[in-house]
Amino acid sequence: MERSRSSGDREVVLVTKDLTKIFGGLKAVSDFDLVVHKGEILSLIGPNGAGKTTVFNVVTGIYKPEHGDVIFRGTNITGKKPHQIVSHGIARTFQNIRLFPDMTCLENIMAGQHCRASSGLFTSVLRTPGMRKEERRTREVAERRIAQVDLARFKDELAKNIAYGSQRMLEIARALASEPRLLVLDEPSSGLNPKETQDLMDFLKRLILHEDLTILLIEHDMNVVMGISDWVVVMDEGKKIAEGLPLDIYNDEAVIEAYLGKDDEGDEHVGPVVHW
Amino acid sequence: MQLLLEQLINGLTIGSFYALIALGYSMVYGVLKLINFAHGDFFTMGSYIGYTVLVFGAAALTVQFGPWIGMLSAICVAALSLTIVGLLVERVAYRPVYPAGRLPAVVSALGASIFLQNTIMLIWGPRYQAYPAELIPVVRFQFGQINITLLQIIILALSFFLMSALYYIIQRTTFGAAVRATAHDRNTASLMGINFNRVILFIFTLGPALGATAGVMVGMYYRQISFTMGWNFGLKAFTATILGGIGNLPGAMFGGLILGVLEMLGAAYISAAWKDVFVFLILILVLIFRPTGLFGEKIAEKV
Amino acid sequence: MSALRNIFKNTPWFVPAAFTALIIVYPFLVSNYFIDIAFFFGIYALLGLSLNIVLGEVGLFDLGHAGFYAIGAYVTAILNTRYQIPILALLPISAFAAALFAYIVCSPIIHLKGDYLCIVTIGMGEIVRLALINNPFDLTGGPNGVFGVDFPKLSPGMVIDSPIKYYFLIWAVVGLSVLGLVSLQHSRIGRAWNCIREDAIAAGTTGINVRHYKLLAFVIGAGLAGVAGNIYASKLMCVSPESFTFWESCLMFCIVLIGGMGSIPGVIIGAGFISLFPEIFRPFAMYRMLVFGSVMIVMMMFRPGGFWPRKRGGVSFRPLMEDSVDGAV
Repeated sequence: MERSRSSGDREVVLVTKDLTKIFGGLKAVSDFDLVVHKGEILSLIGPNGAGKTTVFNVVTGIYKPEHGDVIFRGTNITGKKPHQIVSHGIARTFQNIRLFPDMTCLENIMAGQHCRASSGLFTSVLRTPGMRKEERRTREVAERRIAQVDLARFKDELAKNIAYGSQRMLEIARALASEPRLLVLDEPSSGLNPKETQDLMDFLKRLILHEDLTILLIEHDMNVVMGISDWVVVMDEGKKIAEGLPLDIYNDEAVIEAYLGKDDEGDEHVGPVVHW
Repeated sequence: MQLLLEQLINGLTIGSFYALIALGYSMVYGVLKLINFAHGDFFTMGSYIGYTVLVFGAAALTVQFGPWIGMLSAICVAALSLTIVGLLVERVAYRPVYPAGRLPAVVSALGASIFLQNTIMLIWGPRYQAYPAELIPVVRFQFGQINITLLQIIILALSFFLMSALYYIIQRTTFGAAVRATAHDRNTASLMGINFNRVILFIFTLGPALGATAGVMVGMYYRQISFTMGWNFGLKAFTATILGGIGNLPGAMFGGLILGVLEMLGAAYISAAWKDVFVFLILILVLIFRPTGLFGEKIAEKV
Repeated sequence: MSALRNIFKNTPWFVPAAFTALIIVYPFLVSNYFIDIAFFFGIYALLGLSLNIVLGEVGLFDLGHAGFYAIGAYVTAILNTRYQIPILALLPISAFAAALFAYIVCSPIIHLKGDYLCIVTIGMGEIVRLALINNPFDLTGGPNGVFGVDFPKLSPGMVIDSPIKYYFLIWAVVGLSVLGLVSLQHSRIGRAWNCIREDAIAAGTTGINVRHYKLLAFVIGAGLAGVAGNIYASKLMCVSPESFTFWESCLMFCIVLIGGMGSIPGVIIGAGFISLFPEIFRPFAMYRMLVFGSVMIVMMMFRPGGFWPRKRGGVSFRPLMEDSVDGAV
């Protein structure tokens, strides 16, 4: 596995060093090193239970690691609270979609702008001109993002009432509303049909092109991994077992073994299915 | 030293009351995630029914069969009556509200509590009632430094027996496993063939029955009962439930005992007036440092 | 007021106008007895609104709110009877005292999961009440309380000393509170609160400082309850611990739930129900509490969202027994 990314002098956005997370007796993540470069799409893959979401949870502040560091754009953000990490510029979505179900789609996205505004108690109660200007701006940003994911027609609809695929995009729009530099997506294509998946892939590629963004994602769908990733990192049982260009990873023996299971000779192919 | 031991015994005695009541809260909470505010009133009602049995029936029974029968019949009648009341309350006040969620269920539980409390007041009157004295011969025993009355021994023995029985049922029988499974994950439990209605039947008969038993014992111990005592005992018992870890039955038992002991020690060594404050402060401290209670809650969260 | 026009654009103008007109005209049409009833309606409305911030907007189980109410009332009573500090000056002081108490006491426990928070708030409320009964440092007058509280003086000529004046005082305060709370609802802070209620973890990863906003809700809720305490103390001219029991906290809880969680008009209706119901049913004296309890149950069966649920689909409750993922409701 040679590193043949044109990494050279490209800026590093996120680094994790020796990241270790232990639950009870279980080492969910073990000495995990990751480097994410600016402007790239990096996919984190691996069988279920490999520790991928745990890595995300540590990076985004939901868990504190037992050992190791997370450094984002030069700042050590290890152990910081989730909202602080959002302020620094990392935004995420969840595997099981965590929207605010009884708020409208637009309000969901406006929530993303929370950390970029600053109206306090008194200005909010008195509705000062400054506060109203900020409200307008928040609304404008939200309207722009909702249009960007093509959900403008649902802006006053409650988030729980829109279709599953739309909810996924809504969650991404909410993440984008916080003006992140790094977008962390946990299985964004999960539950989407092929067309929706393709739309998602196109959307993410456009995003990278037009905005100052880096994307880190967990994926099980190999179409997506192969289709849009610049770099792939493979985890199994809490450790990194391989990383490289998508095609190299696809053919890597250790990776195939991880997905198929070491003792399972002659079992049906249970690994990821790729339609090229 | 003698004071300490005495207070320990007193503490375990009241602790048994709290424990028996706490079991009812814990069972309902474990399975339904509902704080059964009416439970304190089940306890009160049990106490009053026991009172009625003793005042109007025990004389005859005692003459015929001896004083123990008086007490036992009071407990049995009270417990049995409360199983019916418990089921009624579940059917009328809680079942229709399940689909609405947890907070409406709390309001409904409060409504049921108001209803029961006032029913008790209407039937038995707003004034204190007194349990007959000398139901159990007033005998004091001395074991070395320990001073204990016969009544306390009976209370402790009976409570211990009931708690052990419940523990055995919950932890060692198949049905008990069904109850625990339902508490953990209702949907999967029903998919596994567990009859949810049976579980409800179990918790809404046994819980109130245990509470009623505690009520009769409280009547015998303190002699004076009032229709508002459900609030006080109920609140402390619920505190014990939380102390032990919600949904954790053995935890509720220990929580109750610990609470009783703490209360009595607080009353003796700090001040009788501030004992309740002391108890609540302990609770708050425990929750700050062990947010899921002393014995922990079993539910893990996946993010 | 142009600032608020946007918020109210969906409300037909005559609704608040009619309500305001009714409030202004009412006391001139009825006897003092009924004015007093309406006064207590106002007090409960204010208390309901104060709890609504914590319970309705953020979704935190607070069953100890009477404690904040008590602190406001007692601070007013004690400082007024001992040091002759004017009642009106004590209004912000009482609010501040209650708010400070909330801040100190809630800080260590604000992270607790829903039901544990519930029992801790019950404990806090009881601790306050018990402390008041026990008369520490001979401050609180024990079970009899403190009496001889003065009237509020708006200006040398204008003393609030009659039922009708108290009535207008409380409803003016309620009115101002409603304006402030509606404004908060439609602000960054109100949105943050709602997000926390919906999903506290997602709120955190969306950039909201969950701990800060939960505390803020408690602090503001306590402050408003403290204001209610101040007015109550001077109206009754005395305060005693029995006005601030766990039962009062339950009443406030029911006001918010029966009226409509998070809904300001709903909470006011809920307060009306709670304070007027016993009056309407006074002829049935003995049975009215039975009816009251039954009505609570029936309401939750048929209208769990409350009399006037929050608009736009109302707040939905996850059905009992679904796995709750997180502490918030």
